[in-house]
Amino acid sequence: MVRLYTEDISIGYGDQPIVKNLSIKIPDQKITTIIGANGCGKSTLLKAITRIISHQSGSVVLDGQPISKESTKALAKKMAILPQTPESAAGLTAGELVSYGRFPHQKGLGRLTKRDIEVIDWALEVTDTIDYKHRPVDALSGGQRQRVWIAMALAQETDIIFLDEPTTYLDMAHQLEVLELLQKLNKEQGRTIVMVLHDLNQAARFADYLIALKDGEIVKAGSGEEIIQPDILRTVFNIDATIGRDPLTNKPMCLSYNLVKGA
Amino acid sequence: MMNKERALTIKFIGAFLIMTAMFLVAITFGAADTSLRDVFRAIFTGDRSSTSLVLIEIRFPREVAAIVVGAGLAVSGAIMQGMTRNPLADPGLLGLTAGANAALAVAFAFIPGINYMGIIAASFVGAAVGAGLVFGIASLRRGGFSPIRVVLAGAAVSAFLFAIAEGIALTFRLSQNVAQWTAGGLIGTTWSQLNLLIPITAGGILAAILFSKQLTILSLSEEVAVGLGSRIGQVKAVFFVLTVILAGSAVALAGNLAFAGLLVPHIVRSIVGTDYRYILPMCVLVGGTFMLFADTAGRLLNAPFETPVAAIVSVLGLPFFLYVVRKGVNMSA
Repeated sequence: MVRLYTEDISIGYGDQPIVKNLSIKIPDQKITTIIGANGCGKSTLLKAITRIISHQSGSVVLDGQPISKESTKALAKKMAILPQTPESAAGLTAGELVSYGRFPHQKGLGRLTKRDIEVIDWALEVTDTIDYKHRPVDALSGGQRQRVWIAMALAQETDIIFLDEPTTYLDMAHQLEVLELLQKLNKEQGRTIVMVLHDLNQAARFADYLIALKDGEIVKAGSGEEIIQPDILRTVFNIDATIGRDPLTNKPMCLSYNLVKGA
Repeated sequence: MMNKERALTIKFIGAFLIMTAMFLVAITFGAADTSLRDVFRAIFTGDRSSTSLVLIEIRFPREVAAIVVGAGLAVSGAIMQGMTRNPLADPGLLGLTAGANAALAVAFAFIPGINYMGIIAASFVGAAVGAGLVFGIASLRRGGFSPIRVVLAGAAVSAFLFAIAEGIALTFRLSQNVAQWTAGGLIGTTWSQLNLLIPITAGGILAAILFSKQLTILSLSEEVAVGLGSRIGQVKAVFFVLTVILAGSAVALAGNLAFAGLLVPHIVRSIVGTDYRYILPMCVLVGGTFMLFADTAGRLLNAPFETPVAAIVSVLGLPFFLYVVRKGVNMSA
């Protein structure tokens, strides 16, 4: 069963359409990655599915109900969003920032209950950030900071987590750290993960399902094996790619590429 | 966590004691010679000597007004800074006070014998129009508004609105009335004014504190706030109304005081951090103390003449403004 899908959604700023009549399904308890060239509408799509921006037509359906009909607070209990690199945690400590993940579950003035505190500590534990609980987030390194933000999304206790380029600005080790954490959350807790990634090989390595976009339309959606193919990459990224296998994971891998000549 | 909470409690108690002490200083020193004993006699006995009357009818309301104005400006400044993520936001710089001022001039000119209730209402409307103009102009260009662009729009709109106020004052021969507000001062504040404005300001501040969690997540980023289930459109509308009410009330009491709303929240952040659940209440205490200090300094610097409190606030605030511009003080400092 698919809990979350879009039906013919179109998104645009003004009268410039960015995404046109797009219908996608997000498989449950899988890692889905949206790939595509700059400006293809992948971030826009992610934002529309998570109601950060509104769509012009069509609908985003979660649990049989268009999200536009549901209260934003109820949605916040079902899906968490980590937007593209939040600039600053405004001086909050990691513990305080993660505690705001409990916001959708709180009523009134919102004092933290015992359960809230348990969830916050669990989120800090699982992201390996408990040591920074009392440190200001802005003083942490990029990788640590990103994990704290993920912890905040986890504290929301949602089945679905969206991330917009969670590895941008991180070095290779930190990128891997973040992606492995997401994989662990998916495997061990069955969370549905949807993210936008720039790195094709990371997408192929970590995602169960890839959605390749070009100019706001789907080129193809499927497994890494199906998507990391020369003809698809030529359409999506305008590159001539040489595909091989990752010796460690045996997943398809883009070894090298040239720009398509005379295109 | 425990430690931090205890530290916060101590800071709040400390700030409250400092404000109380500053209040006692403010009402003890002044043109008429009084002592702390006179103050206590005026408060705690039914004494009706002329000294007590001076205290009760002149100095008390004036210094209570200082607290109300300081708290209101500081809280509205903090809200604006949090909502716009703009460290330079301040009701004086973003057109709210200029708008209220212009509206007062219009009200004086066209509604002769306007009562205080009318003055307050005019202040609110003016503050809302001023802020609306500034944010309207600043957002004309696509790509959102940068902090500096908003401040530039604020300066332009404020100059325009002050010109309107001056023009009306000259045309209708109201210079005296309008100037009293433009100069910005707490002199002549009466209990009847305070009876109206204390509940309004206190209500506004309480409402802001009630919504302070919303302000914190909004200050992180709008996308984060939406993701956490905040209805940001409504939240922003509520906070906009609250800043207008708080800044409008301050103008109705004390006229134009730029920089107070800018300065105090930054000081407060360095004391309690950046969670608005603590920033807003602390702004009440520090803002109150700051304005008590400014008003007392205004009365004593060149006694028996008054140095306009607006001048004092600006002298204290302007260097700080330049510092924020230069250092780009991070909202997390």
